[in-house]
Amino acid sequence: MLKIAKERLNELYAKIAESMGLFIPIKKAGEVNYHVWGEGKEVSLETLKTVKSPKNAFFPASENLMKFKTEGKNLEIIDVRWDKSEKPFVIFGVKACDYKAIEVLDKVFLADPVDTYYQSRREAFTIVTLACSKPEESCFCNAFGVDATAPKGDVTTWLDEKYLYWQPNTEKGEALTQIVADMAEQGGEAEVAAQQAATQAIMEKLPFASLDLSRFQPENLNELFDDPAWEEMSEACLGCGTCTFVCPTCQCFDIRDFKTHEGVIRYRCWDSCMYSDFTLMAHGNSRTTQMQRFRQRFMHKLVYYPSQNDGLYSCVGCGRCVNKCPQRLNIVKVIKTLGGKDND
Amino acid sequence: MIEETLIPKVGVITDVRKDTPDVKTFRVVGTDGKKLFKHMPGQCAMVSVPGVGECMFSITSSPTNEEYMEFSIKKCGCVTEVIHSLEVGQHITVRGPYGKNFPVEEDFKGKDLLFIAGGIGLAPLRSVINYVRHYRSNYGKVVIVYGARSKDDLVDIEEIQTEWMNEPNMDVYLTIDRPQEGWDGHVGFVPAYVKELGLDPNMTAVLCGPPIMIKFTLAGLLELGFDKSRVYTTLELRMKCGVGKCGRCNVGDKFVCKDGPVFRMTELDELPDEY
Repeated sequence: MLKIAKERLNELYAKIAESMGLFIPIKKAGEVNYHVWGEGKEVSLETLKTVKSPKNAFFPASENLMKFKTEGKNLEIIDVRWDKSEKPFVIFGVKACDYKAIEVLDKVFLADPVDTYYQSRREAFTIVTLACSKPEESCFCNAFGVDATAPKGDVTTWLDEKYLYWQPNTEKGEALTQIVADMAEQGGEAEVAAQQAATQAIMEKLPFASLDLSRFQPENLNELFDDPAWEEMSEACLGCGTCTFVCPTCQCFDIRDFKTHEGVIRYRCWDSCMYSDFTLMAHGNSRTTQMQRFRQRFMHKLVYYPSQNDGLYSCVGCGRCVNKCPQRLNIVKVIKTLGGKDND
Repeated sequence: MIEETLIPKVGVITDVRKDTPDVKTFRVVGTDGKKLFKHMPGQCAMVSVPGVGECMFSITSSPTNEEYMEFSIKKCGCVTEVIHSLEVGQHITVRGPYGKNFPVEEDFKGKDLLFIAGGIGLAPLRSVINYVRHYRSNYGKVVIVYGARSKDDLVDIEEIQTEWMNEPNMDVYLTIDRPQEGWDGHVGFVPAYVKELGLDPNMTAVLCGPPIMIKFTLAGLLELGFDKSRVYTTLELRMKCGVGKCGRCNVGDKFVCKDGPVFRMTELDELPDEY
């Protein structure tokens, strides 16, 4: 394990940014989100939860897929895919829950047939994770088997008052370590272990520390779907879609065409299963009520996705929906209502 | 360049046939004049007019046709409205094939087959019926029951009357909803007609049409003693990607684009009622 003095972090960012694009939590207009680092930017590694999750880096809110040129009745398709050999990227400070969410997205986008838009970004990125030391009341990653004190990634880091502790895990991580090696010194195992123990003690005391997920099994799919509790749980939902946009695992997208003076651009953008036109067709709509749309979102995360992916849940307990829903609806309430007997 | 499923191929419309007042059949080949890709009966393709939108359609032509593909498209929304205005020579985009096909090489082989279609529901069945005709000796007796609102709404009537009705060991029953001048065939709804015909319940059945027709026809078949595990249908939901990633065409834990569109009735029974 290596350690880098905290006062040298700016130097570290600059060194990485010399040869790679660096995405890091930066405070802008009062909000902390992942942005491209530059000299003078206000980095905030201490921020526990960026407003938006790092999924933007691999699955942008909007991205162009292709262009069409038309001439009379003729049509030409222009590939506008980004060439990943252009420049490698680093995303720095990814929390354990958000890293787990990338694994959830991988199962969707990298499954056959591979989504090459996602894949090229994923391959171009080195992911540096950062262990949590001050989890909040809205955190419940441990319910989904995430260890906030030991995130995976190409490099795992821990931060305390004096140092950033640095542990490469993969070849990509080793390569990045070479770049920053002359700023680092050996050591830090004891400090990291102490921080991990302290964080674990906090985790155990959090209000959502023990959620019972035992009823969310594929064999209970129809029973859960038909549960009368959905009506009451969804009553207050405005269908604003905030939960889906701040969620690190929500991956639904729309594909649309945009006419420009140079031809048509086909792009994809995030979409939300909470919207009434999400499933609307010329001849009908399979989900006409907000209850059905609300149910879809949680059934997808807790039952459908695990059924398709060997039991892996599509929630990582980041708690963003708990903090952001204007109606105080969230997945914790759903789990407590439908999850199992041990939820009180 | 690496293959990307969302990037379509350019197709050229080489023929447009007006089947009914609101259904047209479009013949499509690649810009090199060859068929765009291979498919199996029941599979679908994403067809688009850039700048307007992209929609999933069943491939109406049989895989045994090695020259071109056909799509029978009903005018009922923003995209199909524009598609209906397209002329021969127009370039469009096509990608696919998507979804699971009818089990023509597995469960259907050697069986007596019953095809029941309503309106534009004939489109996906035309592919499988012509496939079965091509490999006629692999299949038993074939019965087709096809209904539409009026005689003018029967899709592909020319092919049905000149080819299907003359095929050995293949019975075709047509019906229209209300009496009409110039029609001396059967009048009445498909579900009732199916019951009247007293069909052999040992046949493997394929239903395709509006949800209400499927619901009542299935009930009729069950009364006649058909086994649900040998009754197939196709589903249609909103789709954007066609490969189980955009997240909207699911029924429970199944994606219609990937796990369907062909489903056995017993499979549908296990899914939540949300389609």
